[in-house]
Amino acid sequence: MSAAQDPVDAGEPTGLLVDALPAPVVPVIELDDVRKTYRSGELAVDALRGVSLVVEGGEYVAVMGPSGSGKSTLMHILGCLDVPTSGTYRLAGEAVDRMGEEELAHVRNRRIGFVFQQFNLLPSLSALDNVALPLVYADVERSRRTERARASLERVGLGNRLTHRPGELSGGQQQRVAVARALVTEPDLILADEPTGNLDSTSASDVMALIGEVHASGRTVVLITHDRDVAEAAERTVHLLDGQVSSTGVAGTPANRPGGEPRG
Amino acid sequence: MTWLETLRTGGRAILTHRLRSSLTVLGILIGIAAVMLTVGLGEGAQQQVNAEVSSLGSNLLIVSPGSSTSTAGVRGGLGSASTLTVQDADALESHVVAPDVAAVAPTVSRSETLVAGTATWTTTVVGTTPSWLGVRARTVAEGRFLTAADVRTGAAVTVLAPTTAQELFGLRDPVGQTVDVGGTPLTVVGVLTSAGSTATSNLDDQAIVPITTAARSIFGGTSRDQVQEILLEATSPSTLSAAYQEADTELLALHGITTPAAADFTISSQQQLLTTASSVDRTLTVLLGGIAAISLLVGGIGVMNIMLVSVTERVREIGLRKALGATPALIRKQFLVEASLLGLVGGVLGVVLGIVGSVVLPPLVHDPIALSASATAGSIGVAVVLGIAFGVYPASRAARLAPIDALRSE
Repeated sequence: MSAAQDPVDAGEPTGLLVDALPAPVVPVIELDDVRKTYRSGELAVDALRGVSLVVEGGEYVAVMGPSGSGKSTLMHILGCLDVPTSGTYRLAGEAVDRMGEEELAHVRNRRIGFVFQQFNLLPSLSALDNVALPLVYADVERSRRTERARASLERVGLGNRLTHRPGELSGGQQQRVAVARALVTEPDLILADEPTGNLDSTSASDVMALIGEVHASGRTVVLITHDRDVAEAAERTVHLLDGQVSSTGVAGTPANRPGGEPRG
Repeated sequence: MTWLETLRTGGRAILTHRLRSSLTVLGILIGIAAVMLTVGLGEGAQQQVNAEVSSLGSNLLIVSPGSSTSTAGVRGGLGSASTLTVQDADALESHVVAPDVAAVAPTVSRSETLVAGTATWTTTVVGTTPSWLGVRARTVAEGRFLTAADVRTGAAVTVLAPTTAQELFGLRDPVGQTVDVGGTPLTVVGVLTSAGSTATSNLDDQAIVPITTAARSIFGGTSRDQVQEILLEATSPSTLSAAYQEADTELLALHGITTPAAADFTISSQQQLLTTASSVDRTLTVLLGGIAAISLLVGGIGVMNIMLVSVTERVREIGLRKALGATPALIRKQFLVEASLLGLVGGVLGVVLGIVGSVVLPPLVHDPIALSASATAGSIGVAVVLGIAFGVYPASRAARLAPIDALRSE
């Protein structure tokens, strides 16, 4: 990891993303005819069968679909945790579909912030150290790391829980720490995979409100869920069925949605 | 990610699983301490043997009568009496015949009872010449040693080894006193310095007399020219074999023997005599060291085992770290650092235990343990290398984990 890849210095100037208008020239996500086939011996399973999708900077998109629809596979590809079998994927203008593991790790580090269903915090680390972890891999200097992690935790309303371990926090608080961790690198894309799947309804709406705030501050958010109610929070919903986009449009009734005309 | 960062993370991972880590460290620790102590024991025994060799004179050759080269045991030569004579010794003293022989000391010895006043003491009386002192690498603590004149005239004098002097005269100064040996009064003219004892004889309990005095007055008998041993000192350790050849050739000629196999004498070196002892020591050291090395290997396998458990247990953590931007190389480095830290801690503690053992054990086992600084530093190095070597497989397993599989596992 070189200094040039430090999220502070690299990537698009964040100011452009914050002001969604005028729209940035380069979309955050450009998927073109992406296919993914899993092979185990003779058996081949087509998880994605030609998915094309464009997500502009500042958008809030929900990807919905029943289990087996390929939404997990799509999430892995969008998150650069896996590469497509064919088709192209540009993340913030950068072709990532043929990258090796090493490069993908760097891309994940500086462009993507993950929020997982299982929170995935390291139990032995304090909230502050958990949030600072991506900055460790970005080679950010220690004092600067702590400063940025603290700021990120304060932003999600956990400024008074810096030294708490995950075990000492409620589920909702843990997911807030995870959101703070996703935000700390100032990524191009926040990728949330069933972020409320492990939370009670109060914490769930709490976390959804936080993600809404994150979006409102100008971040591009892609939410993967099977829950219609959760998807409703997004500006736009992409429905997946059998590895293909079945429909794309407004979640819920258009009247409930504040975002105006769907894009992409 | 800096090395310091990696070390800190590794240290934290080790401290998180204290019991598991300490058991792993224990395996390495025992192995390192065992290797150090066994090698130290072997080293100590070797040093003891070397000290023994040099205390006897390292350039020493011993000519003894009879042949032990034939299959029929010891050949007695003509009759049953000793076949070596004072004349043999005189011949070997010639620098023309034996240029590599620096000094010659014929000896006769017998156990005799010494009387001084009311004290009696039975010891070995050695009849020899002034060369004996140098050949045997001894020194005089008090008074003087035998002189050529003493030998020529058969003077009634003796030089006592320190224990003998102590037993006969206690705290009194022995020089100038008289001891009676089988009715012959001898004047004590000197006392030797202490040389310790070997496995076979106490070098500090002897009475040295001129060979002529021994033959004529003390031992008596008919064959006054016969000697029991001729001690030869080579000019240097490197000329030992040349001196051996010269003595062998000359004695064969003097004794009129044409085939070396029929020789009626045997020449042996101190090294030869002690080689057996030291080779036994070496065999033991190798054997014990081998067992210790196996225990170290088992310790290493323990590290591998723990690291594999650790990788399996931390699949989610590895997946998460990868999702957050850790490269496979970084994950590998992380686990290697953890394994080598376990090795390092085990090595350092093992060395501490080894040093404690080297102080505590010798009085119990009556053997010296010699620890060298290089072996000690080497032990720590071995422990770290062991940790790394046995950490490679678990570490690359961790590095190869696909982040999605890793994150998916519960």
